[in-house]
Amino acid sequence: MRDFVSERARAIPPSGIRRFFDIAQTMEDVISLGVGEPDFVTPWCVCEASIYSIEQGSTAYTSNKGTPQLRGAVSRYLDTRFNTRYDAEEEIIVTCGVSEAADIAIRAVVDPGDEVLVAEPCYVSYTPCVSLAGGVPVSVPCRAEDEFRLTADALAERITPRTKVLIANFPNNPTGGVMQEADWRGIVDLLVDHDLLLISDEVYAELTYDGDHFSPAKIPELRDRTITLNGFSKAFAMTGWRIGYLCAPPEITAAALKIHQYVALCAPVMGQIAAYEALRIGEAEKDAMVREYRLRRNLFVDGLNKLGLSCHVPKGAFYAFPSVESTGMTDTGFAEALLREQHVAVVPGSVLGPSGAGHVRCAYAVSRDDLKEALSRMGTFLESIK
Amino acid sequence: MGEKDRILLQLLEENCRTPLSELAVLAEVSEEDVRDRIGRLEAAGAIRRYGAVVDWERAGDGKVTAVIELKVSPERDFGYDRIAERLTRFPQVRSLRLMTGIYDLQLLVAGPSMHEIARFVSEQIAPMDRIRETATHIIMKTYKENGTTFAEREEVERLPYSF
Repeated sequence: MRDFVSERARAIPPSGIRRFFDIAQTMEDVISLGVGEPDFVTPWCVCEASIYSIEQGSTAYTSNKGTPQLRGAVSRYLDTRFNTRYDAEEEIIVTCGVSEAADIAIRAVVDPGDEVLVAEPCYVSYTPCVSLAGGVPVSVPCRAEDEFRLTADALAERITPRTKVLIANFPNNPTGGVMQEADWRGIVDLLVDHDLLLISDEVYAELTYDGDHFSPAKIPELRDRTITLNGFSKAFAMTGWRIGYLCAPPEITAAALKIHQYVALCAPVMGQIAAYEALRIGEAEKDAMVREYRLRRNLFVDGLNKLGLSCHVPKGAFYAFPSVESTGMTDTGFAEALLREQHVAVVPGSVLGPSGAGHVRCAYAVSRDDLKEALSRMGTFLESIK
Repeated sequence: MGEKDRILLQLLEENCRTPLSELAVLAEVSEEDVRDRIGRLEAAGAIRRYGAVVDWERAGDGKVTAVIELKVSPERDFGYDRIAERLTRFPQVRSLRLMTGIYDLQLLVAGPSMHEIARFVSEQIAPMDRIRETATHIIMKTYKENGTTFAEREEVERLPYSF
């Protein structure tokens, strides 16, 4: 029998944390700072609306683009919250999480051989999705000394005549870095002069702690060369519902919709109903979660710095990204030893892009008690390797 | 009230044993500042008391608690205040509120036994001047108290790693 696995599937490297996963599975008392999801349960008002809709028999397909109610609510939300305007009919698709939105956005715009700049360290899906579309991913480093922002210099160096797209994620997973208006303004000329498209994954937009999120599509020169991705997972603690959305000018949205309707048909209806409810009445609970993340950030980042693991203060998302260079260990070595010896799970930064090397990602989306326990175990670990 | 005061009050309400140093880190102010602010909040009476939320049932000393509603004839010039003031003096009265609706005052009363509560209501509360009617509801089970859920809920399994 021949090998049926495609070249493209074969070319995708295996997950960099699989091994860690297997080790953690053998332990009883792991404190996991390794997850990219909130520890909160979805606000009860949101769950209840969805449960009721199921009881009422709302279990069918929806329009490919998503229910008109949800698209309308998303359109109003983006306008009031971030001052970006997207037409509910022509410019918004509800997707199965932002993961799907990123995939269909990439496939809608990338041709074989196109170079796609990926600002990293970042979420792991962009690079393989670009490769699956036949594109060539090119990483653009965001560095600790720039507070993990994307700079014009780093970008300019990597633009070639084949460059077509830039993928950026701010507030950033894993660094917690954010881009303010001035930071975006600093790269507008490059994007315009080289006629590039921006795919902006803003799934952490609600989780900012020092000033509101700035959405690049708000800049007029970028509005029609941007695909904005967002979703409900992080803001409303709704990871398992799988609801995200893609917003783009009509031509791009129409192209992405063709792909979406064949791969997903539509996002799950229960999730769409829940998401609508989250936008309608979930704000207070969302705000309370954001306040709690901020407290956790303060506690955890202070603790890391006191331990000698130097960590910039993340302004968004729920990750701390300390450097482990002071230990003389690699990020992978550190993460593995910490897990084996003290049962604390963190993600090595190099898994999230070459610029992540020397750092580990710690999600502070766990209770403050667990964060304190994790810090104490990390302290014991650091003592043991002195 | 400023944002920092609000944060400190919420933290103290959640756990009044949180050390000053930790409060300072959480609220992003100095320890000195935390001490000043708490002092001011105590002096202003915003912080009434530091206490624990006790599940007496589980502690093995289950008391009987009852909600008692009272219809009261208000007094000229004083309204409900004087009668309420008299009621607050009973140590059995754990909380007391003036309510809208059919009844006027609502009491939470705790006692060692059902019998004791019945005696307290019939002998001490009901005969008081200006009280026209009482309704006593024995509390059968407490599910949530001051924001704290009493029943144990099973932790939902989360993956140890995800991107």
